[in-house]
Amino acid sequence: MSEKHSPLAQFEIKTLLPIEIGDADISFTNSSLFMVIALVGVSLFLIMGMRKHALVPGRWQSMAELCYEFVAGVIRDTVGNEGRRYFPFVFTLFMFVLFGNMLGMVPYSFTFTSHIAVTFAMAMAVFVGVTVLGFVKHGVRFFTIFAPPGVPVAMWPLLIPIEIISYLSRPISLSVRLFANMLAGHTLLKVFAGFVPALGAIGVLPLAFVAALSGLEMVIAFLQAYVFTILTCLYINDALHLH
Amino acid sequence: MPQLEQISTYLSQVVWLVLTFGALYFIMWKSALPRIANVLQERQERIEDDLQKAESVKKEAETVLAAYEAAMAKTRDEAHSIMRASAEAFAEQAAQRQDELSARFATEAAAAESRIADARRQALADLRGVAGDLALAAAQKLVDVDVSKGDADAAVAQAMPSASGGQA
Repeated sequence: MSEKHSPLAQFEIKTLLPIEIGDADISFTNSSLFMVIALVGVSLFLIMGMRKHALVPGRWQSMAELCYEFVAGVIRDTVGNEGRRYFPFVFTLFMFVLFGNMLGMVPYSFTFTSHIAVTFAMAMAVFVGVTVLGFVKHGVRFFTIFAPPGVPVAMWPLLIPIEIISYLSRPISLSVRLFANMLAGHTLLKVFAGFVPALGAIGVLPLAFVAALSGLEMVIAFLQAYVFTILTCLYINDALHLH
Repeated sequence: MPQLEQISTYLSQVVWLVLTFGALYFIMWKSALPRIANVLQERQERIEDDLQKAESVKKEAETVLAAYEAAMAKTRDEAHSIMRASAEAFAEQAAQRQDELSARFATEAAAAESRIADARRQALADLRGVAGDLALAAAQKLVDVDVSKGDADAAVAQAMPSASGGQA
């Protein structure tokens, strides 16, 4: 099996348009291309969907409104009314990750959310943003987030380091969860798809499995976008309310 | 694994992530979300407006119904009072007529009684005269005694004292 047909070859980043500023390589790659497709796709989906501005929505407008109300519901349930200020960011995050994951389900496409660099950058942005928000909102009192209320002082030496580690590992868990799900799902699909031509007539079995797995991957694509979003909301809630 | 091997592409990935995410954020914030929010708000207002309208129409219908029922009740009361008044008027009239009739009957009965009494007196008076003449004639025929008319009348008056009183 040549390197080209390795199950991991689909994750390879290929430069489409080399761009260099000084020593920095910021080439337009297949990853960048699918980010732009996601950007255009989300914008068209929402803006064209709302074009008719109908009082009684059609199918397309219903879907656009559904996305809006879904994210609004997540924020309302986790953060409450104060979360409205962060709605545009959370909504953008959800739609961007969702479209990134879903675009990856198209054969021969590229899944930019399957790269740790992308997911970690997003997770770090959330982490830093939430931490700054907490300090702006509460000042030094934000450190009390590491000492949950109702815990005896004797437990503090044990609990506070654990809380600090869990807080610092947030961006890692957030980014690795998305990255690993996308990586594993797509690799598995590719491996089983490879069995189809190799097994000849019996290849129908792995084909059926790939079809079923594609359905599961669709669910995971949505679920991981949802998880990323709801965790972001929970972190915002922690920063606003300190538990 | 390209994710961990192609470290030289990290910068490009992050730069394009920031660019596309930022652009998407801007588009969502300025254009897409306000559009959706507008439509949702309009719909919400429209629904509330319609509900309010329905509520006011319902209230109106209820007041109309109440007015109708009040008018009906009033009319019914009026009809009752008219019926009662006319029944009373009829009863009064009937009683009055009855009184008048009985009064007339009473006067007529009294007149008839007085006429009867007169006739009786007359009859009694006539009877006394006839009795005197009869006694006279009988005395002449039977004993052939000429009795004067005055004596005969005196004898009759003595025999029938009640007849001269005029009372039956």
